[in-house]
Amino acid sequence: MADRADFPEQAMQYAPQLYSAAMRLTRNSADAEDLVQDTYLRAWRSYETFQQGTNLRAWLYRILTNNFINKYRAKQRRPDETGMDNIEDLYLYKRLSTLDSALGNRSAEDTMFEMFTDDEVKQALEDLPENFRIPVLLADVEGFAYKEIAEMLDIPVGTVMSRLHRGRKGMHKLLYDFASERGLVSNAARSSSSGASSDTTTEPEHA
Amino acid sequence: MPDCNDTLRELELFLDHELSESARLEIHGHLEGCPDCLQAFDFHAELRTVIAAKCRNDEMPPGLMRKIANCFGPDFAEDGLATDHDTPESS
Repeated sequence: MADRADFPEQAMQYAPQLYSAAMRLTRNSADAEDLVQDTYLRAWRSYETFQQGTNLRAWLYRILTNNFINKYRAKQRRPDETGMDNIEDLYLYKRLSTLDSALGNRSAEDTMFEMFTDDEVKQALEDLPENFRIPVLLADVEGFAYKEIAEMLDIPVGTVMSRLHRGRKGMHKLLYDFASERGLVSNAARSSSSGASSDTTTEPEHA
Repeated sequence: MPDCNDTLRELELFLDHELSESARLEIHGHLEGCPDCLQAFDFHAELRTVIAAKCRNDEMPPGLMRKIANCFGPDFAEDGLATDHDTPESS
């Protein structure tokens, strides 16, 4: 049984990352602050139920996400999930890989790191409907495994996988739109992809 | 040996470290001989690194740590569970 007196020392190290996650969930600092505080309060109160030797970080994220879902879901406008399924696979890659080679031999990571501002990447995640945003946050930002996410959200692993797949595509499309708006994508790249997003006639360089 | 379509279909599972070891090795084998697929996998791996880095760098408001620490006191133990920090049980 976990001793509550140990909780602060064990758990406080996760506060900065929980705060960032709370920002992506609530999309504003006042609510994020409340959410993190409430998460720690609940975790501390129920720490006796935490099984020593299991993953404390995952346990805290489970409390954070459930806390968020219960507290804020009703408050938020109904998410628009239409359009999420009309995005082709490898959407961003097909549009940016030509640009990448045009930029020469700089590493892809440097290029992408500079291509999108912090705010744009945050925005792209935060704009996803909640059902997709939470799994993408937990997998791609926080690095949790499918099984851990399934347990946190109490949904089947298959549902986690399909929401990740659709959520990632949605996020990549938003990122492309940001790059496009700022003129970072060349006219050539843009015109080759200007058709319907499900257009398969612009099958790219990949053989 | 998986072809390009098989390989690209497993891109997410591969990057998520969710493939079985044998499936992972098959994909790895294909990538070693296929620069096109390797480029696609590299792109998504880098993109994920960028997304993770940029989505978790928020600065905590000053004072939040103290507010959290304030939760760990007897005033908040409303569920009636013991908070006897001063009388630790022998363990």
